Amino acid sequence: MVSGASEQSGPPARPKLAVYKFSSCDGCQLSLLNLEDELLDLVEAVEIAYFLEARRRVLPPPYDIGLVEGSISTPEEAERIHQIRRDCKFLVAIGACATSGGLQALRNWADVREFTRAVYANPEYIRTLDTASPIAAYTFVDFELRGCPVNAQQLLELLTAVLMGREPKVPRHSVCLECKRRGLPCVLVSNGEPCLGPVTQAGCGALCPGCNRACYGCFGPMEQPNIRSLGRWFSERQERSPRTLKRLMRSYNGYLEPFKQEGDRYEQIEQGQE
Amino acid sequence: MTTGTNEISGPATSSITRPEPICGMDTWMPVATRVTAIKRENLNTHTYRMEIVDEALRAQYRWAPGQFNMLYAPGVGEAAISISSDADTPDMLDHTIRVVGSVTRTIFRTQVGEILGLRGPFGVGWPIDRLDGRDVVLVGGGIGIAPLRPVIYWLLANRDRVGRVVVLYGCRTPEDRVYAEELENWAEHAPIDVLVTVDNATGGWTGPVGVVTKLLQRIRVNAERTVVMVCGPRILNRVAASEFLQLHVPPSQVYVSLERNMNCGFGRCGHCQYGHWFVCKDGPVFCFKDIADIFAIEEI
Amino acid sequence: MNADDSVRQFLPKASLEALIAALRDQGYTVLGPRERDGVIALREVHAAADLAHGMHDEQAPGHYRLTADDDQLYFNYVLGADGPKRYLFPAQQRVVQLHVEGQRFVMDAASPAPPKLAFLGVRACELAAIAVQDRVFGADDPRTFRCEAELSYCETRRNAFFVAVNCTRPGGTCFCVSMGTGPKAERGYDLALTELRAGFVVEIGSERGREVAAQLPLRLPTEAELELADIKLAQARHSMGRTLQTDGLRTTLARNIEHPRWDQVAKRCLSCGNCTMVCPTCFCSTVVDSSALDGGSVTRTRLWESCFTHQFSYAHPGPVRHSIRGRYRQWLRHKLSTWWDQFGSSGCVGCGRCITWCPVGIDITEEACAIAATPSQSNSPFAEAWEGEGEAEAAGEVPR
Repeated sequence: MVSGASEQSGPPARPKLAVYKFSSCDGCQLSLLNLEDELLDLVEAVEIAYFLEARRRVLPPPYDIGLVEGSISTPEEAERIHQIRRDCKFLVAIGACATSGGLQALRNWADVREFTRAVYANPEYIRTLDTASPIAAYTFVDFELRGCPVNAQQLLELLTAVLMGREPKVPRHSVCLECKRRGLPCVLVSNGEPCLGPVTQAGCGALCPGCNRACYGCFGPMEQPNIRSLGRWFSERQERSPRTLKRLMRSYNGYLEPFKQEGDRYEQIEQGQE
Repeated sequence: MTTGTNEISGPATSSITRPEPICGMDTWMPVATRVTAIKRENLNTHTYRMEIVDEALRAQYRWAPGQFNMLYAPGVGEAAISISSDADTPDMLDHTIRVVGSVTRTIFRTQVGEILGLRGPFGVGWPIDRLDGRDVVLVGGGIGIAPLRPVIYWLLANRDRVGRVVVLYGCRTPEDRVYAEELENWAEHAPIDVLVTVDNATGGWTGPVGVVTKLLQRIRVNAERTVVMVCGPRILNRVAASEFLQLHVPPSQVYVSLERNMNCGFGRCGHCQYGHWFVCKDGPVFCFKDIADIFAIEEI
Repeated sequence: MNADDSVRQFLPKASLEALIAALRDQGYTVLGPRERDGVIALREVHAAADLAHGMHDEQAPGHYRLTADDDQLYFNYVLGADGPKRYLFPAQQRVVQLHVEGQRFVMDAASPAPPKLAFLGVRACELAAIAVQDRVFGADDPRTFRCEAELSYCETRRNAFFVAVNCTRPGGTCFCVSMGTGPKAERGYDLALTELRAGFVVEIGSERGREVAAQLPLRLPTEAELELADIKLAQARHSMGRTLQTDGLRTTLARNIEHPRWDQVAKRCLSCGNCTMVCPTCFCSTVVDSSALDGGSVTRTRLWESCFTHQFSYAHPGPVRHSIRGRYRQWLRHKLSTWWDQFGSSGCVGCGRCITWCPVGIDITEEACAIAATPSQSNSPFAEAWEGEGEAEAAGEVPR
């Protein structure tokens, strides 16, 4: 439980919140800033002590709650995360990058130096790790909030829960429950789309199916997903190639098990066919 | 379902084992209860003594041994907790709570004088209306002694109505004993047999060591006239029920209290289904003969 | 004109508008089948033009397609994914809002007044499903528990007006004939329609139905019209997409808890919960608390829950049904077997939704049939105490 600084005398201090950015697009930090209706309540409930994207003022550590966005992709990041862990009582990895390595973890299957040579005029200045990894690969985290980006309401629920000292209510079941509760038509059944909703963790509120699009798994695998069975349906009934299935698995959470394992499996099948 | 000659007849549940809920019958709005005392049982188990804040409601509140309440921490949720005090003083409610989740952890931070919510009492209790002239064996494991404690109080108050009374209790270490002083006191002074065993004899423990069912070797039961009540972890329920059946105690005289996920408490939310039973309203206390067909099957 | 219960009437096609208008005049929100993103959905209709028309649905396990149809009928399709359940038992419903004030809980918001709904185009299996949920939620038993959510169900239900449509073209996953629930609505409706090209043969099922019928330009049907309606319904009975042999099924499933078929279906089942969400009888729910950042105001919300989640059976130290096998088994046995013990009927009405909307096309009729075909009688190690006469010699080995 986060108790703020209740041990000190004087008026009770608000718990201090720190928000950090690692290799990422800033989208998850924006989710926090986009909580327009709740932002005022939030700054009343917590003191924003470190949030470079939102304010210049920085208060010294320790912090009660730390939110980390982004993956660990550079040697500096791999160093820095350990200090952050020491600075924060309750550390939360937010978003696909911080919880799975994110989209940039696609380089984990390739040669990153090849990429830097292709992209940068002077690749010798680029110092980067061979892999992009989730925060939990380098230090222990107290909670992981999935999504690309995270869902603002889930972020708010997380903060409320931490302030109250209870478990955040973050469902681990499929997107389908949210989709059906909203009464959305199933794009998989009624449109033959390769929707990952049945194996993906809920939390987005069935955002994509709500726009008549297939879920692409940005919240990562649900509890006990049966990816094999869904993949079989996609390949047999929708005639999707192993390459398509591999790509479905290897997107925002491609490096997160069991998406990784299944993606690798489809790659082997693909290579076996060549 | 079979009906042997020696079975206790009568309806499965009676008004004695199932008083109606005072709260929760028609609302998800819990009643406020005040914590009046907290007793530490062991490292992660405390007993909370509570009273319903509203005096009129407090006076109306009745419950039976084996029933449970949904205790409520506002904004967090509810947990099903059996009532462990004396049903003859229904205005004073004990709930023995072990920290296992969000709700119980929040309750653990509650101080004397603070309030919690309550809906209940729910469920069917132990068959105390069928104990006349019977020997009674109570088997508890860990915190499973909590729903049995009201039965012990009842037996002590109605000692002349029943035959031999045996309480078998097992837990991990002597320090883990719930109601340790009471157990010792009963063993010393009460007209009942109390035997406690531990898995690990830490400290100066000189008593029995081993699983609670091993204590059965130390007693002789008169199978025909014995009523058994078991409450513990799943494995204990299973082994204990099996051992008593091997001792020829009829299935109709073996009672087990089961634990399940509960949300509503009155058989509507579906969470606690156990075969066709709803543990919250058909249980938590079941007669073994009613559940023998599904007992010990995984994932029922 | 005089509408008589025993006499069937005829409503010309163009007068469907009058029916919708009459219901709206009486203050009903009329809900009917509308096309939405390629699926029939139950939504508000203001006029007949809002209803899906000239469409035909193709349904198979894990497959649904809506296509244009030359017949130009209103109700030539069957069910979409959602039905009246969504309105009687909302997917998300606030039950209580409260805050703590000193030593008491104060209720902040009362439940909203129940709506007045008219369901247009309800199928026989849906009416059967509503009757099943009535028993679950105690709508016909005033002595039962009735919290805010059940109260809302009962009142919405009591206020509701049902215009049934008899199915003349069953879908590819329908098996209402096997379950004895269709294709013709036998009870539970206020008005029932059988669609012909020129109009609808109308049956009146209640006093309320009679009052509405009195406002409609009904005429007596011709002999030919009645005969045609009967023939279409008879044909429908024989063109069910599926069948389920229900004889002895309840007992077979009760006893085949450890059948190897459960392992096979568990390899296919995604445990996504779609079947439970589209099932018109599934009633499981979870009430969750949510609170404002300052912890002041607390809202307790009831959500549709599914027995396919871990959380559903979670009891320390983990979910009781920790495998997909256990969860699928729970769902199927509940529908076709234990439901009988709980509520005196089957929990399945044969609507076929769970088959159509399963992302991998698992077919309840196929699974039940496979178990019935090779019953194995493998049950609890304690089953002897249950089966045998002499319980004194019960129970063999201790299962460890």
